[in-house]
Formats: sequence, C-alpha cells, structure tokens
Amino acid sequence: MTQINVRVDGASYSDDVEPRTLLVHYLREQLGKVGTVVGCDTSNCGACTVHLDGQAVKSCTVLAVQADGSEVTTIEGVASGGGATLHPVQRAFHELHGLQCGFCTPGMIMASIDLLKENPDPTETEVREGIEGNLCRCTGYQNIVRAVQQAAAEMRGEAPGDPGASPAAGDTAAAEPMAAQS
Amino acid sequence: MIPAAFAYSRPTTVEEALQAIADGGDDVKVLAGGQSLIPVMRLRLAAPELVVDLTRVEELRGVREEGDQLVVGAMTTHADVLSDPLLAQYAQLLVQATETVADRQVRRRGTFGGALAHADPAGDLPAVALALDAEFVIAGPAGRRTVPAGEFFVDYLTTVLEEGELLVEIRLPKIAAADGWGVRYEKFNRVAQAWSIVAVAAAVRREGGRITEARIGLTNMGPTPLRASATEAALVGVDVSLETVTAAAAQAAEGTSPSNDLNAQADYRQHLAQVLTKRALAAAAGL
Ligand SMILES: Cc1cc2nc3c(=O)[nH]c(=O)nc-3n(C[C@H](O)[C@H](O)[C@H](O)COP(=O)(O)OP(=O)(O)OC[C@H]3O[C@@H](n4cnc5c(N)ncnc54)[C@H](O)[C@@H]3O)c2cc1C
Ligand code: FES
Ligand code: FES
Repeated sequence: MTQINVRVDGASYSDDVEPRTLLVHYLREQLGKVGTVVGCDTSNCGACTVHLDGQAVKSCTVLAVQADGSEVTTIEGVASGGGATLHPVQRAFHELHGLQCGFCTPGMIMASIDLLKENPDPTETEVREGIEGNLCRCTGYQNIVRAVQQAAAEMRGEAPGDPGASPAAGDTAAAEPMAAQS
Repeated sequence: MIPAAFAYSRPTTVEEALQAIADGGDDVKVLAGGQSLIPVMRLRLAAPELVVDLTRVEELRGVREEGDQLVVGAMTTHADVLSDPLLAQYAQLLVQATETVADRQVRRRGTFGGALAHADPAGDLPAVALALDAEFVIAGPAGRRTVPAGEFFVDYLTTVLEEGELLVEIRLPKIAAADGWGVRYEKFNRVAQAWSIVAVAAAVRREGGRITEARIGLTNMGPTPLRASATEAALVGVDVSLETVTAAAAQAAEGTSPSNDLNAQADYRQHLAQVLTKRALAAAAGL
C-alpha cells in the first residue's frame, strides 16, 4: 500500500492504495465517485475521462498513485453551487439531446470542457477532432457536436439559442422529439 | 481488468531511476506516459514485479537547443511537443506527426521517448526519428552511449535498449523552412483508430528549383520503420515538379516487407506507400 494525498472535486483525501489501482477505480470504489465510468479495457473509449491538474486524461490509464499531490476534477465536480447550476456544457448536452444511453456522456463532457479551454470557438471539425478520444455507440455524434458548439457560444458570452446551434433551426429531427416531450 | 500486483518506485532523477532498475531484479518495467504499458498490464500481457515511474524525473522533460541540434527529453509528452516553440520552428515534421497521434487525452500523458522505446511498427514517431537521422542518448549502469536512429530499431517492438538502460534524450537536426526545407507527414488510418495503416514522413530541401536532399521515413511497412532509400536517391538533383516526384515515389515500396493484417494486405500497403509518398513529397516540395 502507498499513501496518496489528492484533491478530488474540491475535497482533500488521504488514502492508502495499491500501486496497481487505476485512478478510475480509486475514484469509483474508494471515493464513491461513480459518475466516472469504465467503458473498455483498451484505453480507447474515453468514458473514464477526468481532469488531472486541469488536463483531460483517461483515468483508466493513470495509476492512482500517480495522482498523488494532484487535483482531480470529475463529472461530479463541474456543476457550480454544490451541483445546483449545471456547467454550460452539461446544460447544452441536456438541451440538445447530446446523449441517448448516456454512458459516454461523463467522458464526452470532460473532454469537451478541456477542448473549450484551449479553443473557445471550435469549428465543427475541431470539435470532432477534439473529442476523437471518446466513442459514442448511440448518438452518431451529431448532437454532441452541436451541444459543444452551443456551450462554446454561451461560454464566450454570446446569446444561447444562436441560430447555427439551436435544434429548432439546425436539426428538425432533434427538435421534434424535444417538442413532443415538453 | 486491473494489472497484476507490482511494487512501485517513483525516482526524481535519472541516477535514482537507474539505481531503482538495477536493484529491482529481473522483472522491472519502466513507466513513461503509461499509454501503451498500462493497457498491456491491464490485459495482463505484462506483469512486472517492479514498475519504475519516470513521470517525476524533471530532467527528462523539455526541449533545448544545442548548436545545430535540438535535444528532446524522453519524457517530453506529445502535448508538450505540440506547444513547444523550438520544435515549431525547427521540427515541423515531428509536430505534424505528433498531431496525428492518438487523441488529446492520450497525448497529455504519452511521451516521445515512450513511443520510440515501445517501437510499435504502426507508431508514428519512429519513422520521423529515422527520417531525420535522430540520435538516441541511452543511459545505463556503465554510463551513456549514443545510438543513431538507423541502429536503434531492431525488430517488432524491439530496440537496442538493454535491460537496465533508459532512453534519456533524442537529438534532432534542425530542419528549418529558412534553409529550404519543406516537410509533410502523410498518414492513412481508420477514423475511429488513430494508428497508421501506412504513413510517410518526408522532408525535402530545395535550392534554385532543384531538390538537393530528400529524407523519407515509412511507418508500418515492416517490423521496424524504414527509409525509402531508392526514392530518396532518385530525387537528388532533379527539378522540383510533380512529374519527378511522382516518378521517384513509384519506388517507395522497394525493399519493404509490410504485414498482412485486419487493416490491410501487404500488397495494398505497398500501393499505399507509393501514393502517400507522392502526396507527402508534393506537399513538402510546395507543389
Ligand atoms: C487509444 C490510443 C491510441 C493511440 N494511437 C496512437 C497513434 O495513432 N500513433 C502512435 O504513434 N501512437 C499511438 N498510441 C500510443 C501512444 O503514442 C503512446 O504514448 C506511446 O506508444 C507510448 O508512450 P508512453 O510514454 O505512454 O510509454 P509507456 O506506455 O509508459 O511505455 C511504453 C514502453 O516503452 C518503455 N519505455 C518508455 N519510456 C522509456 C524510456 N525512457 N527508456 C526505456 N524504456 C522506456 C516502457 O517500459 C514500455 O515498455 C496510442 C495509444 C492509445 C492508448
Ligand atoms: S475506460 Fe478508459 S478509455 Fe475506455
Ligand atoms: S449516448 Fe450511448 S454511448 Fe453515447
């Protein structure tokens, strides 16, 4: 066992871990942060993406001991006001149907937040390349890309409902089921 | 799956790392970015007794200038490569190839040295190092030695690195646009998998409408990266034109021995090598 000291979603933890424990398993099993999920055994899917010292990494491909002394942010730590106010990227995924089963969503959102920090106004291609490390088996990515672009506009201070990004104007296929549900 | 149990050491200097490896017995693995090693350990294809983690060895990370060379620390991450001003100025071929490696998360942890030491035939950076005639500085119990890229890659996933040795830095010649150099990394891969089916790293030097030097590295055209030597030779002294470049590129697959696998048959890979070499040369030569 090795002792590690980490800050996760703003709280400090001091724990003993086995060197072989993957960061994702430490988060889920020792801290109960089950918002971060495991989708593969090969480091391909990105479902486990968290921020380690502000940078998106695949937490299944980092050892928990390697996070010693670091700051980790998971999907559970991105909303503000103790979870009351969703992060703009979370909100956009919700509003634009950026998910179906939702399994890839925590990783998609963490990768997207990381991308927007580096590139606040990405083109569609840049969004697709920025989240190439995250696989979605449901959505076909279309609404994920729109959600990231809408969140980007909001985070830049532009009015939400920017015509290029709104489902009503941009994608009738997405707008109809939304209307039916509300 | 999770890896089999192992002991863990986290040195902060190259000396400490070499000592930890020497003290660790027969079954020691060096951990760089972990982006190849941790997946392999999760699948239990590797189960070392001791893992020596280099991520806190600061002296191994970063890029510096030494005369007409750039010295890149083995632990410089792919993301570091993409934001480094010296590499942007003098090593565009490495920057272009690194942009195509994996995805943003993997590029945050994966390292230049790790990718070279791993020596995956489908990896993008070995062919770049080979095309540039990089020098590999290796530290071991008996001191340091320098190995040219042409001798570093021995076989499939195998390099000249001996047990107990560490790759510490990679020395690259400066290749600058101001000296007439143009470069291009041209890669063919499936969309959901960044690994190259075939890729070509080309650097071309022009002077007064003629090509004076060409360096071409091939990714995944054999168990190790290869140079397209026949194409390189055919280009020296010729006019810069699409015809000369196309004619030379037709020899790009000479002497290669690509594998047959799920992604492509060997003869298709040889075809790809010619097509991608032509594209890479045309772009590098500004055509
Ligand atoms: C999803 C995914 C996609 C990828 N796609 C690509 C791609 O498109 N192109 C590509 O080129 N690569 C790709 N990679 C691999 C990536 O580039 C890795 O970063 C790289 O292969 C290994 O580097 P690392 O620093 O992670 O090394 P590690 O995984 O830590 O180590 C790899 C091996 O090298 C040894 N080693 C590492 N450093 C040293 C050293 N300094 N001295 C001696 N031995 C050392 C280790 O012991 C180990 O055997 C991908 C990886 C993943 C997970
Ligand atoms: S669970 Fe980490 S990449 Fe799939
Ligand atoms: S919503 Fe199901 S995997 Fe993306």
